[in-house]
Amino acid sequence: MTTRVGVVLFPGSNCEHDVVRAVRGIGGEADIVWHAATDVDAYDVIVLPGGFAHGDYLRAGALARFAPVMGAVADFAAAGGPVVGICNGFQVLTEAGLLPGALQKNAHLRFVCAPCAVRVDSTKSVLTRGVPLGTELVLPVNHFVGRFVCDEATLAELVAEERVILRYLDNPNGSIDDIAGICNREGNVVGLMPHPERAADALVGGVDGAFLLGSLLEVAGVAAA
Amino acid sequence: MRFAVHLEVRLRPTIADPEGATIERALPALGFDDIHQVRAGRSFRLEIEAESEEAARSRAGELAHRLLANPVMEDTALLSLVAIDAAGVP
Repeated sequence: MTTRVGVVLFPGSNCEHDVVRAVRGIGGEADIVWHAATDVDAYDVIVLPGGFAHGDYLRAGALARFAPVMGAVADFAAAGGPVVGICNGFQVLTEAGLLPGALQKNAHLRFVCAPCAVRVDSTKSVLTRGVPLGTELVLPVNHFVGRFVCDEATLAELVAEERVILRYLDNPNGSIDDIAGICNREGNVVGLMPHPERAADALVGGVDGAFLLGSLLEVAGVAAA
Repeated sequence: MRFAVHLEVRLRPTIADPEGATIERALPALGFDDIHQVRAGRSFRLEIEAESEEAARSRAGELAHRLLANPVMEDTALLSLVAIDAAGVP
């Protein structure tokens, strides 16, 4: 069966169509799910896309976490369903407490929009399970609030439990320990600042993101079968 | 009863504050070379309907912790809480 991906649209999200297109391009099914939805039962994977949900007012992700759909997403995640937050979606997942830490303004206080080299440092997550450890990928980043921060105990735990899934080779935002992406203890909830969906077509400068999305669809497809 | 509340949200002392640091770096050029340890934060003014001052205080704390601040990186302080009348006057 084809893997079905639900892409949540908050007011102010702006990468939802990119994710839908990228998923369809590698053989998955994808639909947009409005943030007022109260169940996500029709899907095998949930993606929280990039953008500026609720204008990033208060803090990035702080208001989106109260959207009706987030209760359903939390239940879906607790049942082991794969949930991936990309950029603003990562911020929403940390605000919702589904991932540890927080995203802060970039250390240099500049918006960064550039291709970034990252390395796969753990294959524990649904997004990286199908990609060999140590693989280097080039993915675009596009953010002002992308500096991952957490306390020392949390960092030690993330490292010890192999939950840092992606690290920058040349840190663009001052993230602690060069962290570009992390996952929860079970590996089914993932957050990352780079945009794999924007590197999933050779026409727009690379297909490295398709490796990650391919892993996600494969893992979810096997689980759903 | 109605209370006027003033809350402050600020980064925890251990969290780097690039905004405060940038402001501090700009100060000597304006002649403020005697200013140190600048930290940026934000403040919220709001009104709370509550049975008592104690209830209003506890409600404000709940709001601060659940929404206004992210406890991973921010602390909050209740700067003031004053009973007001229907016209908003203390």
